[in-house]
Parts: sequence; C-alpha cells; structure tokens
Amino acid sequence: MPIELTDARFAYPDGTLAVDGVTFTIGDGERVAIVGQNGAGKTTTVKMMNGLLKPTSGGVTVDGADISGRTTASVARDVGYVFQNPDDQIFGSDVQGELEYMPRYHRWDEAKRVERVRRAALMAGIGNFMDLNPNDLPFAIKKFVAIGAILVGECRYVILDEPTAGLDRRGLRLLGRILDQLREEGITVITITHDMRFVAETFDRVIAMAQRRVIADGTVEEVFARDDVVERAKLKRPEISQLARDLGLDAGAVRFDDVLGLLPAGRG
Amino acid sequence: MSLVSLHDVGFTYAYADRPALREVTLEIEPGLLYGVVGANGSGKSTLCSVLRGVIPHFHPGELTGAASIHGTDLLDWDPGELSRSVGYVFQNPFTQISGIKETVFEEIALGLENLRTDPAEIVERVLEVIDRVGIRHLMTKNPNELSGGQRQLVAFAAIVAMDADFVVIDEPTSQLDPETSEKVFSIIAGLKERGTSIVLVEHKIDLMAEYADRLIVMSRGRVLEEGPTREVLVSPSLDEAEVLRPEVTDLALALERRGDPLPRVPITRAEARELLAPRLEEAPDAHRTH
Repeated sequence: MPIELTDARFAYPDGTLAVDGVTFTIGDGERVAIVGQNGAGKTTTVKMMNGLLKPTSGGVTVDGADISGRTTASVARDVGYVFQNPDDQIFGSDVQGELEYMPRYHRWDEAKRVERVRRAALMAGIGNFMDLNPNDLPFAIKKFVAIGAILVGECRYVILDEPTAGLDRRGLRLLGRILDQLREEGITVITITHDMRFVAETFDRVIAMAQRRVIADGTVEEVFARDDVVERAKLKRPEISQLARDLGLDAGAVRFDDVLGLLPAGRG
Repeated sequence: MSLVSLHDVGFTYAYADRPALREVTLEIEPGLLYGVVGANGSGKSTLCSVLRGVIPHFHPGELTGAASIHGTDLLDWDPGELSRSVGYVFQNPFTQISGIKETVFEEIALGLENLRTDPAEIVERVLEVIDRVGIRHLMTKNPNELSGGQRQLVAFAAIVAMDADFVVIDEPTSQLDPETSEKVFSIIAGLKERGTSIVLVEHKIDLMAEYADRLIVMSRGRVLEEGPTREVLVSPSLDEAEVLRPEVTDLALALERRGDPLPRVPITRAEARELLAPRLEEAPDAHRTH
C-alpha cells in the first residue's frame, strides 16, 4: 500500500508558501531520494507525509486512508521520520530511554518492547551507549541513536533527512547495512539528501524539487540524464557520472561499476 | 617560522579514560590550506581545539608535549588574545550561534564588536561579507529561526568577517547543498589567496582534492600521515583511517587492479578526463552517445 500526496500545498501562518502543490505516489518497498536545493520544499514535503505538518490544501493518504484526522503520534506508527539534526529529535536523558519512548507511549507489552529495543540497538550499532546521555555522544553516534529510535517502531515507511551528513566511511557502511535490512523487510525508505553518490549507489527512484514543486520524478538514470532538471534543481551529478558524460560515454551511467565497465582498455 | 608547531602532543579530556590525541607532531606553515581527514572520533575536532588554543585554556584535561602558535608556547598565550588571532567555525552551527543577537546582521557583527572595531567599519565589513556569502535575504532574520544550512552559512560568514590571519574551520558544509558547498569552498580559496592560513576539517573529499594544498590524516588520535594532497590521496593511510577517496581516484585504482593503469592517478575530474580521453579516441567502438 502506498503513500500518496495529491496537490499537497503548505503555507506558514504568515502566508509564506513552502510547498506549492506536489503530487506523487510512493509504493511498497520503494527506495526514493528527494533531491533539490536548500529551501526547495523537501523537508516540508516529507513532514506532510508523516503528519508533522498538515497540508494547507490537498491531501495525504497512507495505505489508502486520509491522514488529516489522525494525530502525529498515530501517523508516526506507520511513517517514521529521522530528523536531519538529531538534537531536534532526541530528548531522552539516556539512549535506552530514548529507544523505549515509543513502545512505552503505545503501551507495548514488556516482552515486545525489550525485543524491539534490543534489535534496534543492534541494527543501529549503538548497543554500547545505552546507559549514556545522548547529549554526551558525538554527532555521528547521535544520528544513529535517532535512527535507532525509529527502527524500534514497526513503521512500514522510514524517512531519513540527510542521513549521510557528517558520517565517515564506517558510518556510511553501517547506514548501508541498515538500509539493506529495511529493504529485505520490504520497508519503504525515503531520503532527503544532497549526497548524489549515496543517491546513485543506493536509491532506485529520484524526485527532484525546485521552487517548492516537483520538477522530475523517475529512475536515478532518467533524472540525472536531464540537463534541465540538473540545472533547475541545482543538482550535482555524482563525479563518476559527470566524468562519463564529459567523456561522451553513456549519459545514463550513474554508478561506479557501470562507468568502470564502459571504459575501454588502454593500449598497454 | 611555522604558524603552529606541535611536538609529541597528547591530550586527554578530564574524565576520559583514553587520550583524544596521541604523539602528534605537526608543523603548520603559513599561507597554505590544510585539510584534516579521518573517521568520526579520530581526533580531528580535538586537534582543531588545540590549534585555536581552547585546549588547554577552556577544555579541562591533560596536555602533554610542546605546542606553540606564532612561536609562543600555547600555555603562555593570553586566551582572549589568542581567540582574537585565530578564527574558528564550529562543526555544529547550533553551538556557534550566540543566541543573544536578534538579527543575522548583529550575529555577524558580534565578533568584530569584540575586537573593538570602529562601528562604521563594522557595518561596511558585515555588509560586504553578507554579499560575498550570499545571505543578504537573511540579514534581518532572527538567527534562531534559521534552518541548519542557513545557520551554518551565518556562522561561516561571522568568521570570514573577522578577517583573521589564521582560521580553523570544522565541517563548514555538512548541511549545505552542493552549489552552496562549492561557494563556501571558493570563498575559502579566496581567503587563502589573500594570505590567510587555513586548517579545514571536511568529509567532502572531492572538494578537498580540488582545494587543499596538504592533507593531515588522523586515526584514533594519531596523525597517520601529513603531506601534499596528491600523495596522500593515493596513500594506504587513507584505508587505515577509513577515509573515502575521490571517486575518480578510486576509478583509476580499479583500472590498476584490472591490469590496465592510467599514466598517473587523477585526483580531480578534470585530470581524469584528460587521462582517459586519449584512450577513448583510440577505441572507436566505445559506448558513445555522441
């Protein structure tokens, strides 16, 4: 079952328009990256998908049902949102408490709570930090605490806002493993990101936004191949993909292995 | 004389059980852009804190070895004096924004006010920097109401405005889109052209390859290697430090493994294009689209 936005529009109380009518459907198990400049409306769009913001007009349905009458906490059971800045999300005084917040709020029985928290801590690689105050942890580990707090739930949609920002190679590998696991479980993953290498290597579909609207929606190859979209959404193709274009190779090659495979052997 | 000289420097934060820096020996020469790379928790930010003197003056802990800035031992510096001569951009803009100023303009002026700059000059310099960084539209906004990326730009602008001879910049682009990240790097390159010495922590390795003169590779509190950017980017120390290489460098290394090396290893896309173009001309059946 999908998430569906129909001409969803959001304006702040002072009238400033943040999203000017977006329409798209994201189906089960898809991996979708939403890309575009700062201020293009990406974060507002995903916040409407999980009920943090209510559209000023237009609609959002999750699994075919309108969510306008539901509380944010209720929608968050289905659609998890990992904030860009973990400090905006985390408020527990220790990591254990942060991960237990959702199960306690929804009054899960203890066995289920313990099991889900244990599993989420393991997946997010934060098992060694459970007794610590999140505020004492480095930024990158806090990001995994924020991810862990969402993994505890039984969300069928997980939204990650700039998950790779500030992560090193180990962090990127861990994130990759988490996303692979979610894929195996059939969970839909939606990300907002400026990291085009991450988009090319990890996601199937790209939604490009500019000036508060969707300007392209297609496969990674399709969207990166369009010069007008790259220009308007101020995207920067992955270096490897831009190199392939510079050399006049297949404009649809966006992944490292694809480009490597296109390079002819040298004379030597 | 070196700008900063560290000899066998170690630092352990009070209450920590392990040192955050170990046996760091490093000379920072004036007029260059040094990039600092390494995994999270490898000691990059602690090194920055030593370079700008907040270790040992503000962070409690044990400093060993010898560290001097402008030839004066770190311990002999007056902390206020040092903070005025070394500019610093925090990794987390939410930490740096003062919280006491009501507009972006005043926030950027704060550092200059502390330097007791003439008020007329403050206005002129702040406006100039606001235009250079491209944030005039934010000028009258409250810093606390800005997005993460916007705050990061304001924090960066505040340091540019101070016009210090030596700036330490910790991940200035982590929340910025590609176009704005490039702009920040071109402003940093402009600072270097004007003679500013720069130490920059940054994960975006493609930009480091293009702009940094030298790289400092850190792992587990140690400096594994320090050298010219081109040499460091092909060094095995990057693997040990878990640092990504530019994709075009990885591509060249993959060709080497295929038994099909390029004449040399590129670190930027422009170089890769130059090295690969002759090969494509010799192979007319390559997958060309035009």
